[in-house]
Amino acid sequence: MEEKKAAVKLRDITKTFGSIKANDKVWLDIYRGEILALLGENGSGKTTLMNMLSGIYFPDEGQIFVDDKEVVIRSPKDAFDLGIGMIHQHFKLVDVLTAAENIVLGLKEPGRLDLKAAAKRIRAICDAYGFDVDPNQKIYDMSVSQKQTVEIVKVLYRGADILILDEPTAVLTPQETDKLFAVLRNMRNDGKAIVIITHKMTEVEDLSDRVAILRHGHFVGDMLTKDTNAQEMTNMMVGHPVVLNIERPDPVNPSPRIEVKGLTVRSIDGVVKLEDVSFTARSGEILGIAGISGCGQKELLEAIAGLQVVERGSISYVNDDGSREDLLGKDPLEIAALGVSLSFVPEDRLGMGLVGSMDLTDNMMLRSYRRGKGPFLDRKFPQRRAEWVVEELSVNTPGVSIPVRRLSGGNVQKVLVGREIASAPTVLLTAYAVRGLDIGASYTIYDMINLQKEKGVAVIYVGEGLDVLLELSDRILVLCGGRVSGIVEGRKTNKREVGMMMTRLGGGTGE
Amino acid sequence: MLETLAFYFSRAVQQGIPLLFGSTGETLTEKSGNLNLGIPGVMYVGGICGVIGAFFYEQSCGGDAAAMNAFLAICIPLLCCLAGSLIMGLIYCFLTVTLRANQNVTGLALTTFGVGFGNFFGGYLIKTTGSSVASLSLSATSSFFRQSLPFASSLGAFGTAFLSYSFLAYLAILISLYAGWMLRRSRTGLNLRAVGENPATADAAGISITRYKYVATCVGSMIAGLGGLYYVMDYASGIWSNDAFGDRGWLAIALVIFTIWRPDTGVLASILYGGLYIVSINNILPTGGVGAVKELYKMLPYLITIIVLVLSSVRNKRENQPPESLGIAYFREDR
Amino acid sequence: MNGSSRFHISKRATIPWYFAWAIRLGAVVLAMIVCALVTTLLTGQNPLGVYATIIEGSFGTVRKFWVLLQEMAILLCVSLAVTPAFKMRFWNIGGEGQVLIGGLATAACMFYFGGKMPNALLLLVMVIASIVAGALWALIPAIFKARWNTNETLFTLMMNYVAIQLVSFFCNIWDRKGSGVVGIINPNTRAGWFPEIGGQEYLLNILIVAVLTVAVYVYLRWSKQGYELSVVGESERTARYVGIKVEKVILRTLLISGALCGVAGLLLVGGTDHTISTTTAGGRGFTAVMVSWLAKFNPIFMVLTSFLLAFLSRGSSQIAQNFGLNHAFGDILTGIILFFIIGSEFFINYRIGSATGKEKEDGTHA
Repeated sequence: MEEKKAAVKLRDITKTFGSIKANDKVWLDIYRGEILALLGENGSGKTTLMNMLSGIYFPDEGQIFVDDKEVVIRSPKDAFDLGIGMIHQHFKLVDVLTAAENIVLGLKEPGRLDLKAAAKRIRAICDAYGFDVDPNQKIYDMSVSQKQTVEIVKVLYRGADILILDEPTAVLTPQETDKLFAVLRNMRNDGKAIVIITHKMTEVEDLSDRVAILRHGHFVGDMLTKDTNAQEMTNMMVGHPVVLNIERPDPVNPSPRIEVKGLTVRSIDGVVKLEDVSFTARSGEILGIAGISGCGQKELLEAIAGLQVVERGSISYVNDDGSREDLLGKDPLEIAALGVSLSFVPEDRLGMGLVGSMDLTDNMMLRSYRRGKGPFLDRKFPQRRAEWVVEELSVNTPGVSIPVRRLSGGNVQKVLVGREIASAPTVLLTAYAVRGLDIGASYTIYDMINLQKEKGVAVIYVGEGLDVLLELSDRILVLCGGRVSGIVEGRKTNKREVGMMMTRLGGGTGE
Repeated sequence: MLETLAFYFSRAVQQGIPLLFGSTGETLTEKSGNLNLGIPGVMYVGGICGVIGAFFYEQSCGGDAAAMNAFLAICIPLLCCLAGSLIMGLIYCFLTVTLRANQNVTGLALTTFGVGFGNFFGGYLIKTTGSSVASLSLSATSSFFRQSLPFASSLGAFGTAFLSYSFLAYLAILISLYAGWMLRRSRTGLNLRAVGENPATADAAGISITRYKYVATCVGSMIAGLGGLYYVMDYASGIWSNDAFGDRGWLAIALVIFTIWRPDTGVLASILYGGLYIVSINNILPTGGVGAVKELYKMLPYLITIIVLVLSSVRNKRENQPPESLGIAYFREDR
Repeated sequence: MNGSSRFHISKRATIPWYFAWAIRLGAVVLAMIVCALVTTLLTGQNPLGVYATIIEGSFGTVRKFWVLLQEMAILLCVSLAVTPAFKMRFWNIGGEGQVLIGGLATAACMFYFGGKMPNALLLLVMVIASIVAGALWALIPAIFKARWNTNETLFTLMMNYVAIQLVSFFCNIWDRKGSGVVGIINPNTRAGWFPEIGGQEYLLNILIVAVLTVAVYVYLRWSKQGYELSVVGESERTARYVGIKVEKVILRTLLISGALCGVAGLLLVGGTDHTISTTTAGGRGFTAVMVSWLAKFNPIFMVLTSFLLAFLSRGSSQIAQNFGLNHAFGDILTGIILFFIIGSEFFINYRIGSATGKEKEDGTHA
């Protein structure tokens, strides 16, 4: 490494948000002609660090060198001028503009705006690296992977030779991921410096030349990918060897609770999100849902919860006595009116599950405010419930009358899960329940979910980490592109099998 | 017949020009994501500032048109008008962009202030002249503003319909056409649209949100202010009376919606609006013998605006929606 | 924070209420100083004399004080009306039109039924008519908002002018002289006029608004419907998630908002002016937006903010009268004071300077 000259050097970079040190004296070198994987758990400060390189945040302390010259990056424009371009997880594209318009946006090229010439250059870039973009297509007409391609072309168009990609594969299908990796390798061979932020070990091994690891905002170390292995990297990421050891009690008398048959869902723009999905969730059992993100998990849970318009199929709730209630086409209120106690912990905690600006009591009330006759609210009951949740789940808060937005991510999730289980549900749907949570908080959530299972609740758990799914779930339903790829026993399967089923229907044979 | 038609058409154009100025200015402003409900106030201020400038210049020349220099007679009110409306735009920007205040509230306060400002100074000047009627006449200055092409009147109906206007009217049309071209085809326009649609993205692309919002809003205010000036100096023949400008400012905002944020469409649409007004006050449409029906006809511009607003939301075509960040202050660290 | 800013600006978490009010008070004081300068510049009067005049305008005589209370009551009523919609993040700037339509319905009842039914019954019909008219007028944009997400700010704005023309139409119909001015309705029979309580013609208005203030406060803070509309305002997705029917809440809230505007129209026509014109609402629909916003949509604080604006308006018309300035001078002063208060909110919501106190919990999501 020493013989190569670093394109970018970060030295003692520190960034604080409130009381949280997102980055603490981080050192990092980035080289041209190399793909660097920046690895770390959620919340380890990877994105924050790269945001400082791309001008979104400004470091509190530390220095940045580009080609051995110290630089100050105050805005994305400064970053562009230094040849640094970042592709964010949330695409920064203007929907009503075309690809070409988005790509030339903000550029200070001499002369009049010439979209035809721009389109020509875009096509040239595409041909050089193997992208596929129609310069005249509007962004709102594009798929996620197309949008990502536009983002990458945009950065290249600006002459960036230092590219940062923030979890680029999170939204891609396996085929799309392969294509992306191929173009990234092309770019590397072209002499560009590439940083890919990820927490997926397979991507690191597949793609990167070097890996740098962050843990809790600290730089832990970097090494050549070929000199290390998944175990070592995991250890560095987590700090101690991972033995998840999530408890998995055996289900007691599982009996069918939710029966889904032939469920087909289309999004508003007509894209099939779920196709002919059938399965049964049983009481006292955790049914894990695996799949790469965006292949129908959200729609599945929302369909059961009565929040999603369904094209075809049936969803029934089976009572203890074997009688059935049809849930399809009913909204959450009507489902509750049937006497079905269904709880749902959605993915978007502050945008859907809770109201950020309201306090704990009023957030508890979201589920219970209709209680009692008469037009007025009873705040006593939700307040007691809020106090119970704070006590029971050890939520770290100064009190029940502070806005939940001011709590940390883990505590927000505890409040949400706490509210949802407080109503003694018979069905519990959870989506990415531990996303963004630290390990301690994650285990609290696993324990809570297990407790519900032991109480005989039918739990449907949508997760992104396969390790957790494999250790927590009794059975795992694997979705692939909106269809059921298979249902496997959690105790008998392994990561390889599930991973394979996620990428192709039925798993098939590995490569 | 043709002559009459041409006459009414020219009245419609004259009625439409203040709205065209206002709507072009407001469209530019809205394209930057600022919903400036202060436009009616801005137009008042533009008008009265022009009046003040003209008043003092006329006074210094003894109110005699022959003693006035044509260049100064036009430039002084013009610059006063631009300066006044620029200050209004700056107030709005400082509050909503720099201090991130609520745009609706700021805009309404600006309208209160601007209309008050116009009427106060209008009243003040009227009192100064000791006139017995509640209006101020600047006919000398107006005569310079109303100068139209010398041969227009000799060209019959064609001349009346297309060549009979003063330079401000043609300026309004030019500005609108240019603004339309600028928004669609130029780099600045592209950047401006991005700022109004998705400021976070524009920011990430290296566009200064603050600068674009300030410039678009201030230039927009100045254009709108010219609408006020045109109204007094040309349409009203240099006669200022308080509140005479009426609700043209709101009509200008209506016109923005009607044109679905396209200033070049505004050229024709403003004539249509003007036409509706002319039609409603001139007993052209049937009233069934009830004069009051005229008042109902005056609703038409607003009604058709509502219809356009509703239709564009029902059809939900992405290009025809208001700029997505309209009305929302931008704060980079919100993300 | 813009690209090259030298200051660091960040959101404040919360600040103690007294600190927030101290900032607002500071803004008002600063505004007063600027207003005094402006007034002195324009009139050559001693600023202290000007302030004395403002106070005189509101408290100079018992009569003036009643007028102040009446002005404040009407403004407060319109502000109360628009508030539920604002809390739902429905920018109803159509208060002007809704008040006018309420007033028009009232006037129509007085005009057509005056003397044809017992006064008590007439009053009842007026109440119902004004409420229904205002509510329906507000319901129209709400339907389109709920169904097609039509921009409500622009829609309600346009509806104001449709209402104005409608009033203008009826003024021309009812006026027999052809001037388009209706004049006092039922001047002799006083049919449909609000009764005086204890010899005070405005007391009934004031009492009604006082009751409404408490009612709206209770509705927003303690009722299930008030809670629902806050949830819808904060996040429609959350509302749907807990089974709130967002469309229904939008329609219901705007019915209430419009109905209260209708009441304001009723108070203006039946209780105060006894006539109708296109200026009956007098811009209160717009001023109310500011009153409500300045009070952070809290009906109790709105008593203060509506007092402030009514006080300024009365005071400045006194200035106009005493110093021979025209009425519009008040609007200039009001505008200046509003600018300062609006601007001061920034210092309540954001902090400038040191980067150490940044409050941002989600800073770690990598």
